[in-house]
Formats: sequence, structure tokens, C-alpha cells
Amino acid sequence: MSFMDTLRTRWQEYRKPGYYDEFDYAWTMTIDLDRCTGCGACVTACQAENNIPLVGETELARGREMQWIRIERYWEGEYPNVKLNFIPMLCQHCDAAPCETVCPVSATYHNQDGLNAQVYNRCIGTRSCAVYCPYEVRYFNYYDHEWPSPLDQQLNPDVSVREKGVMEKCTFCIQRIRQAKDTAKDDGRRRVLDGEVQPACVQTCATEAMVFGDRNDPQSQVSQSMNDPRAYHVLEEVNTAPSVVYLKKVEANVST
Amino acid sequence: MSQREIAYSEVNDDIVRSLVVTGRNYYITLAVSILVTFACFFGPWFYQIQYGIGAAGMNHPTVWGTYLASFIFWIGLSHSGTLLSAVLHLTNSEWRKAMYRSAEAMTLFSVMVAATMVMVHVGRPWFVHWAVPYPNQMEMWPNFRSPLMFDVMAITTYMTGSIIFIYMGTIPDFAAVRDRTTGWRHHMYVLLSLGWRGTDTEWHRLHWAYTFLAVLIVPLAVSVHSIVSWDFALSIVPALHQTIFAPYFVVGAIYSGTAGIVTVMFVLRKYMKFEHLITKLHFDNLGKLLLVMSLLWTYINAVELFTGWYSESSEEYEALGFRLFGFYGPLYWEMILFCAVAPLLLISKRFRTSFVPMLILSIAINIGMYTERFLIVATSLPRQYLPDAWGMYYPSLVEILIMIGSFGMFTTLFLIFVKIFPSVSLYEVKETLPEPQPKLRTQSESGAS
Repeated sequence: MSFMDTLRTRWQEYRKPGYYDEFDYAWTMTIDLDRCTGCGACVTACQAENNIPLVGETELARGREMQWIRIERYWEGEYPNVKLNFIPMLCQHCDAAPCETVCPVSATYHNQDGLNAQVYNRCIGTRSCAVYCPYEVRYFNYYDHEWPSPLDQQLNPDVSVREKGVMEKCTFCIQRIRQAKDTAKDDGRRRVLDGEVQPACVQTCATEAMVFGDRNDPQSQVSQSMNDPRAYHVLEEVNTAPSVVYLKKVEANVST
Repeated sequence: MSQREIAYSEVNDDIVRSLVVTGRNYYITLAVSILVTFACFFGPWFYQIQYGIGAAGMNHPTVWGTYLASFIFWIGLSHSGTLLSAVLHLTNSEWRKAMYRSAEAMTLFSVMVAATMVMVHVGRPWFVHWAVPYPNQMEMWPNFRSPLMFDVMAITTYMTGSIIFIYMGTIPDFAAVRDRTTGWRHHMYVLLSLGWRGTDTEWHRLHWAYTFLAVLIVPLAVSVHSIVSWDFALSIVPALHQTIFAPYFVVGAIYSGTAGIVTVMFVLRKYMKFEHLITKLHFDNLGKLLLVMSLLWTYINAVELFTGWYSESSEEYEALGFRLFGFYGPLYWEMILFCAVAPLLLISKRFRTSFVPMLILSIAINIGMYTERFLIVATSLPRQYLPDAWGMYYPSLVEILIMIGSFGMFTTLFLIFVKIFPSVSLYEVKETLPEPQPKLRTQSESGAS
């Protein structure tokens, strides 16, 4: 067997589900838009969990907000009959992510869990990933941020603080996933249990609109939720194969 | 040739004079351009490194700005020099000989400025070498799928190729100047001329190697700007994700590069007193080339709009509508005026052979081409798929200063160049002249004399 054949076999085995149990996750989130009230608690939770800086009023006006998850608001109709739709928008952890191919230094890459990882230390700040991302969920550190006291006392020690010139984005709270995997290993389990790990936004959602889990496990809550007939991907036509599934809002027949 | 009869010695004298005799105007211009470079380029850049990219006007949807526009502009400007020179060399165009040296220098310096613009553009310029594949103990390699990484490779290759091309073509001239200068200049040219003696073997090898390099550099130059266009075209941003982008950028590059050559030629002719070397013939030919390029460019622009319209997707409509009639709409029509309508004047030979109108037109074309690059960045990114993330982008003062400063840097480099390199090729201009009658001399002697 030639070297290339060996390599190919190894590679195929490695990609085969079940070969590496401990890596074989496909983290997925479903967001039920019927349940979403647009309260913004997920935004705040994310801000606190991931050491996301507060940019302040001036920078916000210049369009430099930092929100790994944001609530997009879409208004429908003219004034008396107005309807407001919310879509929480976060990194979709695409399986065919445009941002991963463009980074010249591989600062963003796909890890074994199907997460779209961002290596802050490797980032040189070309910002091309943000251009390539159709969901506009990558945020750039335009300068070194400061946390006014006492906010600097609540920085999460599990998450690095990013310096200026670095791109950042939602990680599905990778620090929590790592911790859950470690716990599973310590307990002598090979797999993380369903519901054992939740990103901050999922944890905080008051209406339980968000569900997080492993879609490789057909019994998991998220797999069941994905089978909902209302399930769809945002911008499905750009073929990015996202890991975030939205459940369509069911329209009530309201006569005006 | 339509120029008056010039003797070999006159060519030598003219060009050695341009190297040795330095007027007050030169020093003033040099001082001003160095000042502009430091005040407008390095100063603001230093501030930006300290503060962060936030010093520029980029924001959430529009993460690319004028730095990238300037980068494409300078890469584009670099195009005509070496490419044109190589193509004309391969097609045996006599008129190339008086102008190619300065055109190639233009290439070299614009590539340098473009490379610096990349440094200005990235968030952490001190790590920019990570985009270069070099062996390291961490075994970290750049991402070979990335168009930006292709860019790094293409530009460094093109820069290396251009340096070798211009240097090799200048060796006989360095030798000629070496034999006519004294003092420190003599020592410098002794080093630069690499012991050129002007024997037949040397000439033979030079011509062979030069033609070889010319053949090599043509596809290289085409590839460079195609790859620059892939930075945009490989994204899925509406109005950027277009297959026409590679030829669009190559044509645009040659177009703005040729206009740049016209500008540089005018300045050289006027201030280095090369009136009898750079003639109406050169402007006429360059004008024809400009006309062809402008028609091609107009065609590609029409195709770009057409494919956008034909796609019948709301994103494309929105992006194109924003480009044509949005906030930067007037700039779009200014670009059409400067790059598609005004160059139609070149149909008239009288226009092509008048120097000042050609200068004005060439500057107008380059303003239009800069606008084009700016619009590609500034009108596509604010209008992408999700309307909630739409935004607007205005260049900040730092960006505008750095843009001005990049011109200062280019001028500085060029001014230093004209005092070190013979800015018109001595030996090739002589090849176009009638041989001196009384004493028959071979080409090789004249080159090294």
C-alpha cells in the first residue's frame, strides 16, 4: 500500500462516525422563532460569559457594536398594522464555511466537533472572514477595549480577552463544551450527555426558544427539534450548511 | 521614427546629465514628498498601530475600506509597467525603448506601496509574515486555500520578477554610466554593473535572458491581478461574486497602469528634459492602447451590470441599486464619465499627440479608476444578505491622509530612482538611432562606451 493510500484510509477512518467517540460530536442549535420574544437576555448572557467588550455610545453609532449574538428585528407592514419579527443571529458554525477558506493564516478552522473555531492568537486581522460571512456575525476589535470598574471584576477567567486587531465571534461557548468533555472523561464516560452542556444564551433563554446539543445523537433533544417541519436554515441558498436551525414562526390568521 | 536625428553621444550626455546634474527644483520636490510621506503616511499609520484599526472608518458590515481600495489601485498601477514593457519587447515594438525603464520603475514602486498598504490594512501588521509559508518549529503553515494567501505569493513573485527584469535590463546602462562618472557614483555603478564589459557573449546572454524573463513575466502579471480579484470574487457577497472579476481587474489594471505611464512620461519629458527622446509618437501609441483598454473596461462594466440584473436575485438588485443610485451613486457616474466617456476623445489623433490634454486625461482616468476600486469595496459590503446588518461607510481622516501619503511615498521612491537608474534605456534608444557614419562601431562597443 502506498503512502497516499495509507493516508487516505486513515483519513476516511478518522472521518467515520464512531471512530473517535470523544470527538464525534456535531454541535447544533435550534432556535424556535415562535417562542422568541426578542427580550435580548441571550445577548446579555453572551456578553457576560465571553468577555465581550462594551463599545460605548460613540462607537455603537459608528457601527462597531460587539455582539456575538444579536437580535435582528424586521418590521412588516405599514403603521397601524405593524408586525415585528425577531431572529437571533449568531455564528452558524457552517460546515461549508466561507470564512474558513479565506483566512490566509488558518486562524479560523473547523474542529472535530463541527465547530467553527477562531484562534485569536493566530489572527492577523485581514478581516476577510467578516467579508465572506453572509450572516455578518464576525466582529472585529477595532481597538483595545476597557472594562469600566466594576465590570473588570466579572471577566470570565475561562475566556481570553481579545486584543486590538483581532476578529472574534460566537464559539458556542467552547469553554463550556471543553469542560463538559473533561467532566465526562473524569467520570469514565466516553460521551457528554445530552443537556450536560449549554451555551450561555441557551441557558438564559426564558422561553426555552433555544435548544443545544449533538445532532449525531438521534435521541438528543436537538435532533428531535430539528425534525420539526418548521425547521429551516437562514440563507439556505448560499449553501453554507449551517449548524444553527431555525424553526419558523407560525403566522396567526389575524384579520385586520 | 519621427524624432530628429540624434547622435549616440547626445543620448549618453542627456542621460548622464539627468543622473549627475541635480537642480534646486529636484531637491525641493524630494523634500516635499519625503515630508508628505512622513506627515501623511507614517505619522497616521503609527497612530493607527497605537490606537487600532478603529482610527479608520471601517465598521461592522464594511470591514474593508480605502486601504484595500488603495492596495488594488497601486497593484493596478503597477501593471502596465513591466507587463507592457514585456509585451512590447516580445512584439518588437520600437517605440517601447525610450519609455520602458520608467514604466518598469513605476511598476516596482507601486508594488512596493501596495505591499505597504497591506501592512496598513491588516489589524496586526506585526504578524503579517504568518501569511508567508516559511518553515517554523510550530509547523504552522498558511492556509493554502485562501485567495489572500495566493495574493501574497503572486505579489512577492511579481515583485521579485519585476526587480530582476528592470535590473537586468539596466546592467549595460549602469556600465555606460560607470564609464562616465567619477567619485562615489563611479564606485556605486561599478558594483551595480556587475563587471559588464559589453562583449558579444554578454550581449547575447543578456538578450536571451531578457526575452526569457519577458515571456515569464507576462502570465505572471496577468495572474497577479486575477488573484487580487479573487479576494473579492471568491466571496459570496452580492455584486462581488462574479466570474467577470478576474478579466475585469486585469483590464482595469492595465488601463490605470497605462494612464499612469502617460502621467509619468509627461513629467519625465518636461522636467528631465527628454523632449527629443520621448516624443509624440509615444503618446500617440499609448493613447491608442488607452482607448482600447477604455472600451474593454466599459464593456466589462456593462457585463457586470447585466449579469447582476439577469440574476434576478434581490440581493444583487439591492447591491447594484445602491452602487448606482445610493449615497455613493454620484461617484459611480463620475467614474463612468472619467473612464468610459472622456477617453473616447482618444479617437482623435490630434488629441493623442497633444501633451497637456493627454496628461489631464491620464490623471482623470486614474481618479476614475481609484473611484472604481473604492466603490467595489464601499458599495458592496454595506449591502449584503441580511438587511439588519446593513450599514454605511465613510473614510476617516486617517484613511484620507494615508491615501495622500501613499502618493508621497511613490513620488519619493521615484525621485530617488531617477537619480540612480538611467531613467531612459541608453542602449536601446541607441539601437533605434542611425549608426554614426565616420567610424563604424558595433553595437557592443556603443553599449559599453
